[in-house]
Formats: sequence, C-alpha cells, structure tokens
Amino acid sequence: MLGFLVLVGLIVVIVVWLVGMYNGLVGLRNAVKNAWSQIDVQLKRRHDLIPNLVETAKGYMKHERETLQAITDARSRAMGAGTVGEKAQAESALSGAISKFMLVVENYPDLKANQNFLALQEELTSTENKIAFSRQAYNDAVMTYNNKTQMFPSNIIAGMFNFQASEFFQVEDAAERKTPKVDFS
Amino acid sequence: MWELIAQNRRRSWWLFLAMGALLIGLGYAIGATYAPPNGGVGGMIVAGIVWLVLSLISYSSGASIMLNSVGAKEVTPDIHPQLFNVVEEMKIAAALPKMPKVYVIDSPALNAFATGMKPENSAIAVTAGLLSRMNRDELQGVVAHETGHITNRDVQFVTFAGVMLGAIVIISEIFLRGLWYSGGSGRRLGSSRGKSGGQGGAIIAVAAVVLAILAPIMARLLYFAISRRREYLADATAVRLTRYPEGLASALEKIANSTEDLPKVNKAIAPMFIANPLKRAGAKLSDLTSTHPPISQRIRILRSIAGGSGYLEYQSAFNAVRGKGERILPNSALDQNEAVPIRPPAAEPKPSGQRRDVNDIVRAVNGFLFLNCACGLKMKVPPEYQKPTVTCPRCGTVNQIPTAELAAVAAVLETQRAGAAPEQPGQVYRRRGSGWESFRCGCGRTLQLSPAFAGDQITCSNCGRVTAIEDTKDA
Repeated sequence: MLGFLVLVGLIVVIVVWLVGMYNGLVGLRNAVKNAWSQIDVQLKRRHDLIPNLVETAKGYMKHERETLQAITDARSRAMGAGTVGEKAQAESALSGAISKFMLVVENYPDLKANQNFLALQEELTSTENKIAFSRQAYNDAVMTYNNKTQMFPSNIIAGMFNFQASEFFQVEDAAERKTPKVDFS
Repeated sequence: MWELIAQNRRRSWWLFLAMGALLIGLGYAIGATYAPPNGGVGGMIVAGIVWLVLSLISYSSGASIMLNSVGAKEVTPDIHPQLFNVVEEMKIAAALPKMPKVYVIDSPALNAFATGMKPENSAIAVTAGLLSRMNRDELQGVVAHETGHITNRDVQFVTFAGVMLGAIVIISEIFLRGLWYSGGSGRRLGSSRGKSGGQGGAIIAVAAVVLAILAPIMARLLYFAISRRREYLADATAVRLTRYPEGLASALEKIANSTEDLPKVNKAIAPMFIANPLKRAGAKLSDLTSTHPPISQRIRILRSIAGGSGYLEYQSAFNAVRGKGERILPNSALDQNEAVPIRPPAAEPKPSGQRRDVNDIVRAVNGFLFLNCACGLKMKVPPEYQKPTVTCPRCGTVNQIPTAELAAVAAVLETQRAGAAPEQPGQVYRRRGSGWESFRCGCGRTLQLSPAFAGDQITCSNCGRVTAIEDTKDA
C-alpha cells in the first residue's frame, strides 16, 4: 500500500515537472515569435517614413536625385520582397541607402534647419535604432530558446513535441556593416 | 537575462527574510519588555501588521507618491519625441511587455529614476537638466540604466525593503522615545519587574534597548549593500542593452560634475535614482552607508570594458577595477558565451536640446501657453492666466489668447463651406506655423502642438473634447 502511494506520488511529481518544462518551452517559443514580429513592425515603420522624408528633402536637394531615387527604389524592393532571404537583403540595401542619404544631408544646411525635416530625421534615427534593438532582442530570445531545446533534460520534451531550433537573424550583406563611401568627385 | 532575474529574486528574498527576522525580533523584544511574559507574541504581531500596512500602501500607490513627491509631470510623445523614442528603443531592446510611462522633473539637477511595481506598469522620470545637457547616446545610456532597474525587478525590491527598513526605524524610534519619556525608573518597566520578579525582565529590557538601537543600523547596512550591488548590475544591463558603454560613462561623468542637488528628495527614495541625489549631504559618509557606489568607480569600470558589451566583459572590467574577485553577476549569465560587439557612436555629438528648449518642454508639460508676438518675442503664459488678451512686455501690442473656436462657430463655417451638416469634432484650431504652438481648449486647459505634431486632431486630456487641427498649408 505504502509502496503504491509512493509510486503514485512519484509519477505525479514527474508529470508536473514535465508539464512545467513543456510550458516553459512554449513560453520561450512565443517570446521568439513576438520578438520577430517586433522586427517586422519596425521595418514597416521605416517604409512608412520614407515617402515623407523624400518629399521633404526633394525641394532642397535638387542635385541629389539619384540618392533619393535609390532610397525609393530600395524601399519598393523591400516591400515587394517575398522570401525571408530576399527581404533581409533588400532591407539592408535600404539601410545602406538611408545612411548614405544622411551623410549627403550634411551638405544642405537649409534642409538641416527645417523643423519638419529635423523631426523626420529623429524618427528615422530612432527607427534604425529600434530595428537594431529588436534584432538584438530577437537573437537573445532565440539563444535562450535554442539552449533549452538542445540541453538536457528539456531536449527530450523538445524532441517529443517537435520544438525546432530557431534561426538567428544575421546581417548577411556586408553593405550594412561598413560605412558608406563618400564620393567627392 | 532570465537567470539574472531569477538570481536577483533569490538574493532579494534572503535579504528580505533577514530584515523580516530583524523586525519580528525587535517586535518580540519590545513586547516582552512591556508585557511579560506573553507580550512577545503580541509585539511580533504588531510589528508584522505595521509592516504589512506600509507595504500595501507602497504597493498600491508607491509609484505615484514618488512621482508626486519630486514633482514629475508626464510627457506625451508629441512634446519630446526624442526622449520618447529613446525610451521605446530601450523597451524594445529589453523586451519589456509594455512601454514605460515617461516623466520629466522640472529641475536643473542631472538625475533620473525608474519606478513601478511590475515591468507592465513602470515609469521612467528624467530631470529637465539631464535633457538639456545630454546628447542622444548619453540619454540612451541613462534610460538603459533605468530600464535595467525595471528588468532586474529592482524597483519592487527597493520599495519593499525600503518599507521594511522604515518600519524597523519607526518601531525602534517609538520604543526608545517611550523609554526616554517614561524615565529611567519608568512605571511600566518598574511594574513589570515587580510582576515577573526581577532579573529575567531586566535582561529582556536591556536586550530590547540594545536591539532597538542596533536594528535600524543593521537593517540600513543590509539595505545599502544590496542597493549598491544593484547599481552595478543596472550598469551592466545598460551596457548590454545599448552595446555602447561610453554613452553611460560620459553621462555619469556629466552627472558627477554637476553641482545642483535635486530638491524635495528624501533618504527613502534616494536609492531609486541613477546617481545619489543627496550628493552634498552624503559626501561625508563612508562607502558603507551610501546607497550608490562611487560614481568615479562606475565610470572607470565602464571605460575599461573591452572587446564586447556582454555581461562577461562587464564582469572582467569590474574585477580589473575593483581588484577583488567579487561577483556582480551570476555564473549562469556569464556562461552564455556570446559575441556582442560594441556599436559605433551615433552621429550627434552635441546635446539634444539647449537649455531654453528644455525649459519650453517643462512649461509645455505644465500647461503654459506659447504666444509669438509680432515683434518676435515669445511669450509664455501660465495656465492660471484668465484674461482673453495679453500685452506684449516689449512692444506693447495686445495679443489675443488663442482658443479653439467653439462648436457653434465651427458649425456655421462648416455648413457655409460644404453645405452639409458638420460632424465631430466640434472645436477647430488653425495652426499658424510649424513651430511650437499652443491654445486653450473650451474648458480652459492648455493644449500643446509641438513642431513634430502631424495629426489632424487632438483630444483634450481634461474634458475629452476633440479639437480639429487645421494646417496653415491646407487653408
């Protein structure tokens, strides 16, 4: 009788423990998803800002049609991108175009004094930061989640219920890492 | 990050239990002195109730008491877009469940604090002086440090432990004064001695006095030790969130060099700030009794971080500067061998706003009205001003106080123009430019339009009425 009770008690403890582990994994997987959607929100925000920015700058930067055109093109490519790989590449091309634009702006004091433009510039800087930070938060979440799916004993549960490891968000295109070249010719 | 929070919580619990034991012990000793032989239990219960009541008060309204006590005013994204953006960036980086509320304190001192019992309803307050002196990176560093306090659950801890410290201080104070006034051969002590028969009672009484003197000191030391450690921890979190140690380092440097004290801050809330707000008062105290680690040391640690911005790098920099094998971060947080490179500085070397702009922001938060006179003078009209016109002190021109046109007028205009019945909103205000503007709502509340305002209507925070904003370009 006593042995039976101990057995039942043991089984209950193990089940509770397993359920806790399973729920923990689900929570982490949701955190990863949530972090990913956060990146998307920020990318969309950047897309929304660009037409405004180009519109404001156009009047001041008559000789920089190419720079502005590059931004507009990169934006439409990024918005039309289908696969994740394409998207990542298009977005980093857009980042490159924007940082080049920001450098060129230094030559236009009138534009820099424009209240409207200053507000837009702050928004754009902040959005760029938010993209970087949401990426960072995503990678943090992925690392915690992956560790749990690979480490003993939670990897057993992960294997049983098909919790797959997530991928890190890496910037493949080197264009985003290096600062854009300024051409004075 | 999660291990860090868990470890933090465990350590807090230990400290918490130690302080609780101190409180209960004090209650027992006092109770036993006054009403032997069974008074001890009563004393413990009373001490527990005092703590519980204070805790409940601080849990339910601690944040608002604190914000009110320093005169913090909530800011909208409209009034200071940059501060708001920086807070949102940190919210994203730390994956907070909700955006913290943002407050500004009208003071030239450089300081900031975080409050709120849960990450779901937190708040970050910065002083106007800080806004005017910091550039974007430095502001980000400060906000990241405060976000670190929120994610590490420091606010919760500081509040509860602070309340417990307060309870211990109050109880022992009352006891000691009671003794003083009842005199050395007090009637109560005397009678108790009579009842329980001499020595036992006397020993307990002496123990109670000793405990009443020592308990507040011990509780304080416990509290300060943990509070200092938490500052380092928040610094480490800030470095990791921003990936830019220099931002926080130069912000701390500016804070250290400023001489203004933050008024209206008492000792109880001092540990919540980024740097000790009671600088001059605390200057003489030794390391042991300070709520904050020496600022120069924090800067040195931040500046000697090399090779990355993870917790591991902070820990090794910490050890290098302090020269001791002290652990500030748990092993589990250091094991995650991740490469988090330090990012380059943002392209904005100068401070974000001049002193005058920040003054305007503080006035905007407090409901001042901005009026540009034809002569170029910018008049700032306080919200108490009731007359319909204001005379320019420089050129003598009589200016109308701008108000939103009331529903009736707007309705007439609207029907004339479109030939249709007007819809909501009822009030209309026509913008005159694209700079700072403000006007009075029908209810008398001042509504602000910042240069960044881009919407076409604004809702009064006082009466809830919606005012349509017409752009000058549209008209």
